[in-house]
Amino acid sequence: MIRARRFLALSGLLLVILAALLAQGELRARRFAAADVPALARLGAALGLTDLAIWTEARYTRHPSQADRFTAFQDLPGAFDHFPAGSIVAPPPADPVR
Amino acid sequence: MSVTRQLKILEFALAATLRQRGRNFSILLVYTLVIAVLASVLFLTRALREEATLLLSRAPELVVQRIVAGRHDLIPLDYGRVLATIPGVGQVTPRVWGYYYDGLTRSNYTMLGIGADPPEGLALLSGRLPRLPKECALGAGVAGLRGTGPDGDLILVDHRGRTVDLPVTGVFRSDSALLTNDLVLLGEDDLRSFFGLPPDRATDFAVEVRNPQEVETVAAKVKQLLPDTRPITRREILRTYDSVFSWRSGMLLTLFASALLAFCVLAWDKATGLSAEERREIGILKAVGWDTADVLALKFWEGLVLSLTALLCGLILAWVHVFWFDSQLLTPVLKGWSILFPPFALVPSVDLYQLFVIAFLTVTPYVASTVIPSWKTAITDPESMMRS
Repeated sequence: MIRARRFLALSGLLLVILAALLAQGELRARRFAAADVPALARLGAALGLTDLAIWTEARYTRHPSQADRFTAFQDLPGAFDHFPAGSIVAPPPADPVR
Repeated sequence: MSVTRQLKILEFALAATLRQRGRNFSILLVYTLVIAVLASVLFLTRALREEATLLLSRAPELVVQRIVAGRHDLIPLDYGRVLATIPGVGQVTPRVWGYYYDGLTRSNYTMLGIGADPPEGLALLSGRLPRLPKECALGAGVAGLRGTGPDGDLILVDHRGRTVDLPVTGVFRSDSALLTNDLVLLGEDDLRSFFGLPPDRATDFAVEVRNPQEVETVAAKVKQLLPDTRPITRREILRTYDSVFSWRSGMLLTLFASALLAFCVLAWDKATGLSAEERREIGILKAVGWDTADVLALKFWEGLVLSLTALLCGLILAWVHVFWFDSQLLTPVLKGWSILFPPFALVPSVDLYQLFVIAFLTVTPYVASTVIPSWKTAITDPESMMRS
């Protein structure tokens, strides 16, 4: 039953590698939450930042949370649009229009 | 059934798998890649969602914009006084900000004005915030793109077409790039003069609400008192990012769906029936004394050997790809046309439930599609199977 034992050993090894990656990830996340998040959140609060600086090509992709989403034919998340990032940003779930 | 018996059946299943090693290796490769793509999308979107929630946890409780003719417009400073009269409202801060297209680098910057009393002691800033007129602080992306830094200069063109030379007093560290990569910070008066904004207007108001439970009530009150405004609560900001980085959104859903479809084709190919050789093999096993339960156990192990190996390898590949190599393969999909794209060093977010969902969605159908056709064959007469 040498093949069976080898397979079980290989599966065990892969499982240990995955568990080690998850454990290291959890440690990294805890370190980040303890050391970096307070400074980042303080920076966001001090400057009044409302959005992440990921897509800078258009207003509604730079600040999706501040974009208009109630005017026909206007730029909005989820619209047919000319910027690829617009296809990443889904329209928000049924949202009471203010 | 004893462990030894199962080990022997597993041994037999591995021998059968290795007999068709070319075919099974191809299936393993495709299966692993499909799981890696699925898991990468899920890991990436979850990590981005978690990071957005953490970083924007102290965004303004309420932002009040003015809407004119269906578009965001500058808001009169007088509105601030009305907002301040609403019970439960604390500080009302006019915000002055806008966008600047830099033709030199073909990129957009977010220009933000800071008041006369800039916040001190920001740990993620190398240098200081602008205090004197015509000074600026930059995000790491802008500084890198324009090749400038503390003690350098940033030259921009204002609304009258005149070049403005702004000494750089500080640069935000790249650790904060997800928030500050494209920022250019100026004094509020400088920004007003740069964009030609009227002195009695702001871009919007950041409104502090003393009791978090009252934010929705205050937002409704704002809408009632100032009908041409649009209040945006912090909860809405966070919900936007929840939606943006949902695996169900746009392009990521396309990737996710393609991978899932590829997996369905793979499972369907298995489920549509056995080859003549496989049927003959089952017939011979039955003829030499294996009963149906043994044949099913054999097929179960054959399916599990491939799917478990593919699952573990796929998850490891996806984790290493997203969190060690910064999602290099998915970044071009996310990047779009952004020139200034922040580095994507995401912090892992472990969710065992998510791992179990991936395992359930991929292993169960594959094992089932291996076992069910074999069961149909195993309950027919061995002689007819061997003759077919």
